[in-house]
Order: sequence, then C-alpha cells, then structure tokens
Amino acid sequence: MLFKIYRYDPDKDAKPYMKEYDVELSSSDRMLLDALIRIKEMDDSLSIRRSCREGVCGSDAMNINGKNGLACVTSLATLKSPVELRPLPGMPVIRDLIVDMSQFFKQYHSVTPYLVNEQPAPDTERLQSPKERAQLDGLYECILCACCSTACPSFWWNPDKFVGPAGLLQAYRFLADTRDQSSSQRLDNLEDPYRLFRCHSIMNCVDVCPKGLNPTKAIGKIKDMLVKRMV
Amino acid sequence: MSYPVRKFDAVIVGAGGAGLRAALQLSEAGCKVAVLSKVFPTRSHTVAAQGGVGAALANMGEDSWHWHMYDTVKGSDWLGDQDAIEFMCREAPKSVIELEHFGMPFDRNENGSVYQRPFGGHMQNFGAGPPSQRSCCAADRTGHAMLHTLYQRNVRSNTHFFVEWMALDLIRDSSGQAVGVTAMEMETGEVSIFHSKAVLFATGGAGRVYASSTNAFINTGDGLGIVSRAGIPLEDMEFWQFHPTGVAGAGVLITEGVRGEGGYLLNKDGERFMERYAPNAKDLASRDVVARAMATEIKDGRGCGDNADHVMLKLDHLGEELIESKLPGIREISKKFANVDPVKDPIPVVPTCHYMMGGIPTNYRGEVVAPSGENKEAIVPGLFAAGECACASVHGANRLGTNSLTDLLVFGKSAGNSTVEFLKQNREHKDLPRDAGDLTRERLDRLNNQTNGESVSEVGAALRQTMQRNCGVFRFPDLLANGVAEIKEVEQRVMRTQISDKSKVFNTARIEALELDNLIEVAMASLVSAEARQESRGAHDRADFSDRDDENWLKHTLWFKEGNRLDYKPVHMNPLTAETIEPKVRTY
Repeated sequence: MLFKIYRYDPDKDAKPYMKEYDVELSSSDRMLLDALIRIKEMDDSLSIRRSCREGVCGSDAMNINGKNGLACVTSLATLKSPVELRPLPGMPVIRDLIVDMSQFFKQYHSVTPYLVNEQPAPDTERLQSPKERAQLDGLYECILCACCSTACPSFWWNPDKFVGPAGLLQAYRFLADTRDQSSSQRLDNLEDPYRLFRCHSIMNCVDVCPKGLNPTKAIGKIKDMLVKRMV
Repeated sequence: MSYPVRKFDAVIVGAGGAGLRAALQLSEAGCKVAVLSKVFPTRSHTVAAQGGVGAALANMGEDSWHWHMYDTVKGSDWLGDQDAIEFMCREAPKSVIELEHFGMPFDRNENGSVYQRPFGGHMQNFGAGPPSQRSCCAADRTGHAMLHTLYQRNVRSNTHFFVEWMALDLIRDSSGQAVGVTAMEMETGEVSIFHSKAVLFATGGAGRVYASSTNAFINTGDGLGIVSRAGIPLEDMEFWQFHPTGVAGAGVLITEGVRGEGGYLLNKDGERFMERYAPNAKDLASRDVVARAMATEIKDGRGCGDNADHVMLKLDHLGEELIESKLPGIREISKKFANVDPVKDPIPVVPTCHYMMGGIPTNYRGEVVAPSGENKEAIVPGLFAAGECACASVHGANRLGTNSLTDLLVFGKSAGNSTVEFLKQNREHKDLPRDAGDLTRERLDRLNNQTNGESVSEVGAALRQTMQRNCGVFRFPDLLANGVAEIKEVEQRVMRTQISDKSKVFNTARIEALELDNLIEVAMASLVSAEARQESRGAHDRADFSDRDDENWLKHTLWFKEGNRLDYKPVHMNPLTAETIEPKVRTY
C-alpha cells in the first residue's frame, strides 16, 4: 500500500516535504496505525504520537486523505491509495505528524473544565437521577484529540479567541451537570462575540469526531441558555 | 557539561490515575510539585479502564469492606499483604465518594446513588455468595471518566505539569535517599535534573513486555526500570495477569463488566464451559481461573474459529438497550476490531496480557521499602510509589477486576499524603551527589554513538516473543529455563541498540530505545522470578508444581538487577484491625 506522509524535522529540514512509502502489509495490519508502525520499522525517523491504539487516549489524531481522524481506529480497508497523511491543520508543526497543541489546551483550560460546587460535601455521593446523568452522555466521552477544533474554519482563523468545538463541548458538559453550581459564571465566560459566537454551525466538528459526538448541538444548547437568561 | 537543574519540593513521575491523585494531595497542601508525563495526562493508560472501580458502597444490596477484603485476599491467592488490603478496602468507599464530589460522571440508580455492577471474584458473605454488586462505573468508560475527572481537579488546583517529558534515571545520594530524577523534554531532546526532596513514581504498568497485550504503547515499565538501575528490587514480578477477554488477534480489551452484566463464554460446541471450572461463580470467577479455563479449552481442541484459537463471548441476549446504555464502548470496539456487532453475534476473545501484579515494593503508605541489613522492609527515604508500578502488595498473585482503579485512588492519595508528611519533616533539599546525571549521560552517549548496533524494533520484538512464548498462562520448567537464557541474550542486544535518527526534536526513535532499557529490566525480573518459584499460585501456574505450597512459598519475591539476584520476604498476614484471613483451598 502506498503512503505519502508529511515530513518536517526543523533540526535538519529547511522546509516540509511529502515522502512516499510503499509498505508491505501483513494480514494482521488492520488499522492505519498498524501501517504507520510498519513504516517506522523501515524508517525510524518518522515521528508520530500514539498510545492506546483503541481510540480512547486521543494521541494519534492526524489529517488522513484530507479528513481529520485517529489513525488507530481508521481501517486501512476504507482508505484510498495513496494514503496522504498530514498533521492536524492549523496548528504549528513540531515535527512530522506531531503538532503543538498548546492553543487547543489553552482553550480547553479556559472553560473552567471542572465541577464547581462550593457547598460542603456530603458524606455520601451527591444524588443525580439516571435522567439527569443522561444529560452528560455525548459530552463526557470527549478524548481531547483535537480532530474537531482543527477541522473548524472558525478555529483556524481565531484559535486565540474562539474556544472551538472541543472546549465548548466541555463547557456544556459542566453546564449540563446538575451537580455544578456555576452556570451563570460559565455563561458570562462565554458571552462574547468570539469565544462562543464564532461558531457558524459549519458542522465539520460533527463530521470528523471519532467518538461520534456532536459539539454543534452542545454549542446550540449553550446559545439557548444565553437567550433564556436574557428574557 | 552538566545538565540544568530545576528545583521542586517533589517530583511525581507519571500522570495517570495514581500520579494525578497523588498530585492533588501535594498541590492542595501547597507543595511545589512537578508532575512529569510522557503523554498529555488524559492520554495515560488509566483512560482505557472500562468496567469499574471496586468499593463496598452497598448501593445495590448488602456489602461491607470486610467482604471486599476477603475477596481480595482470596483473589490474591493469599500472597497479598493483609494490612495493605484492609487499608485499600476500608478506604475505597471514601475514595469513590470523593471522586464523585470531584465531578466523576458515574452511572446512577433510580434513587440517585452510584450504580454498581457485579464483577469477577466479588461476593457477599466472605466468599459464600451471592455475587456482590461492588463495581462503581461510568458505562464501560470508567477509566476515561476517572482520568479526566482527576485531571480536571488538578487544573483546579493549578498542578504544574511537564507534559511530554520522559524520566530517565533516579538520583540517590550516598545515604540512599532519593533526591531527584533526570528527565528529557521530548520536544527539544534536552535533559534536565529535577532536584527534589521527594520522588514519587506512578508510571503504571509494563504490559508491553508481551507480544499480545491489552496495554497501551506507553506501558513500558519506566518506573521499574529506573528504580532497578538505582539498586532497588522489584517485587513479585512473576505474577502477570492475563485478562480473559482480549479481542482475538487485536488484543484490545473487552471488559469483565460484560460478564458482570450477564454475558458468558462459549466453546466451539456452544457449551458454557465455565460451569465446569467454577460451579458457583461460573463466568465471574477470578481472572486467573477464567483465563486458565479458556486456555485449557483451546489447548484441548474446543476453541473456536478456523485455527481453534479463541472462544466466544456471548452477550446478544442482554438486548440492544442494555448494551447501548451500559456497554456502548464494547460495542464500538467489537465493531471496529472484530467486525462483530455484539448485539447480534458473540465476540471472539482470548486471554491477553493485561496487568502487572508485581512492581516497586512499598508499604500501604506508599513508601518504597527495600532490604537493608536484617530489615527486609527498610524505608527508602524520599522515595514513594503508587498504582500499577507499585507493589503494596494488594493484588498478590492475582488481581480482582475493579481493584486496579481502587488501588490507584487509595494508594495515590496515601502516597501523596506520605510525601506531604515527608516534606514537612525534611524542609531542606539534600545536596545532589557529584555524579548526578552521569548514568543518564552514559546511556544517551552510548545510544548516540553506537555503531554496528541492533534495531530497536527487532530487539523489542525478540523481547516480547521471549515473554510470550516462555512466560504465559501456563508455565513449564523447560520453557522458563529457556526464557531466562533467551532474555539474557536479548539483554546483550538491548545494550547495543542503535538509532539512525539523531535529531533532537521529538525523536521518538530515541524514546523507544530508552523505553526498551526499561522493558528489559521488567522482562528479566519476570522470567528469573518465575523460574525460581516452584509452586502454582494465582496467575503463576506451573506444570511441574501444580499446587500452591504455603509451607515454602507463602512469601514475596524480590529481584535485584545487580547480580540478577533473588531474595524473599514474608507476606504480611496481619491486617491493621481485622482478623487474619487464614489460607485455604481456593475455589470459585
């Protein structure tokens, strides 16, 4: 199978280039990550991030034939050859397929990504009905892989000002949690022409999310909450 | 030229569940702590835990920590230290409630309490049964929910992370006290010395010593390699858990929670074979028992598939609704890695290396202990460990499902507290020894300058095959002896690894070579310890010594890198407050 991979090592390359690899795959090589590991056996200078190899750690996000995804859960059988691999779009490249995620995490950190409840903690758990808990489904499963935010044109233009789909999904995860008591501060923190309202419902985020989550829907719910608060 | 020095009160190596839980204790106590991690914290392998965290909350029927303790001691095949086990089981409910208060999205019962599912080896009434519902879960993504919650709590407490830094070596002064570590920033390749008053290892497991493993690529036993190079022994390394249900071929984990929710195993005749091996607990017997039963079925020709090399896990009878609400991740994994939708068809599964019961020897306070003179458990000042890399020992010869998350919560906190206490009593930094950093420099120079060397991926494959072939579910004297001989050859090759990529920038070839330096210590410790233990206990099952031998082997193994030497120390049979659970025949 033929691969064209974005290569750049600032230590020795003046500029990035695409390198071709023709890889003989074995029958046990099922996923794109398996092929990348074969390539690394041939050429140890290819740098990628990877860890769990089952789609839960979020390490190996990359741009695969033009679409963001996780290498470890992208079946080779679904890919058109030559497979073109590039780093996640819009982020500074550290090396090869490894990007600098600082801006992405900065936005995640900006949404107060933790439960706020200043009441004295009870001796037992804080109660929450199954229905209330179900409000968190489709939100808490985010693996922070950045496929969504780096597929979002609004995030490309304003990565410093627009929180982006991943951060906003997590913002809503806490707004939706009946145990959290800081909804009004959370909404204040997002009521801004850029932080929230740069989302124009392009829905690239939904299209690429490897966990099948829907940030656009969550963003819509935050907007609803802001509208409700005004009336 | 010496490495730049960064000063902290404490350094935590590893930002999985145990490291993050420990970090909270230190950050919230106002200590200046550096948490080093090879990956962004939420990418640590705790993220992959599925089925739940064990704690006797008694939300779904009667339960008590005494029963949890009994099950854990029995599960450990009496090799677990009963003081540490009591401590863990007693603290577990508090730790889980605390996590809920941090925001953990646990599943819920109608009355709003945390939902708990049954799990292997967890029973009511001191093992008599019926099964206890003790596993607190967030669908089948408990580890993910837990790791993110713990990271979020650390964001709240402003913990100082060094993300994508790999710790390389431990620095001890002439008295043996831990005074820091060397670590490499992966992005730049630069090495620094972290000079600290205390060092806490929470580096997780080393399942990557086997060819077939549920473990992430990062699970390379870094903490174990580091301490063994610094003269500290590794405990009970012969005990490796093979999880009964790894996806055949892929190795990806399918939680025991599937059987907790009512799934069961079938051989090629469609027989629910666990009824023969464990008449009471059946598919919810402990993992070593189920894995052996499966391996026996396969060995005796009752495996499924063209090569008769796996068995089937059936859960379609649970119905789509339950599978979607309680086991959605399993459905996703099965579709992706086995081309099977478990709502309709069974999942092909095979026992797969999953967990390391052994590790860095500690007491239940998370203090690292090592022999010194007559004292087999002298505290190594300034050194702490928690989670899978540590051996407290609560899992003994076999860990119960759910107890890994319990372990990292309880002992992460306890080791964090012990570190805070230590810092109160040791306010000044001890001087760095003059040779601080030398070992790291020698290793890096050796790797950079190696010529005519060995390929890291080839030597790594040889290491994993050696473990896979010689140190599996069933162990044979000839294979173990062969394994020890082979791993010694692999060790020679590890000392001659060569990388062609010499770049300083995010050089993952170099990282993988350095990880191999740690894997070899783990593999050597495992094979040498396994060959020496002449009995069958828990996960260590010897063809030539088929019974447990309490008279001669009710003791912990200690392996020392120096001289490839073994020592032994007694099991703690006395709990803290409860009565001793006396060894007896273990049946399920």
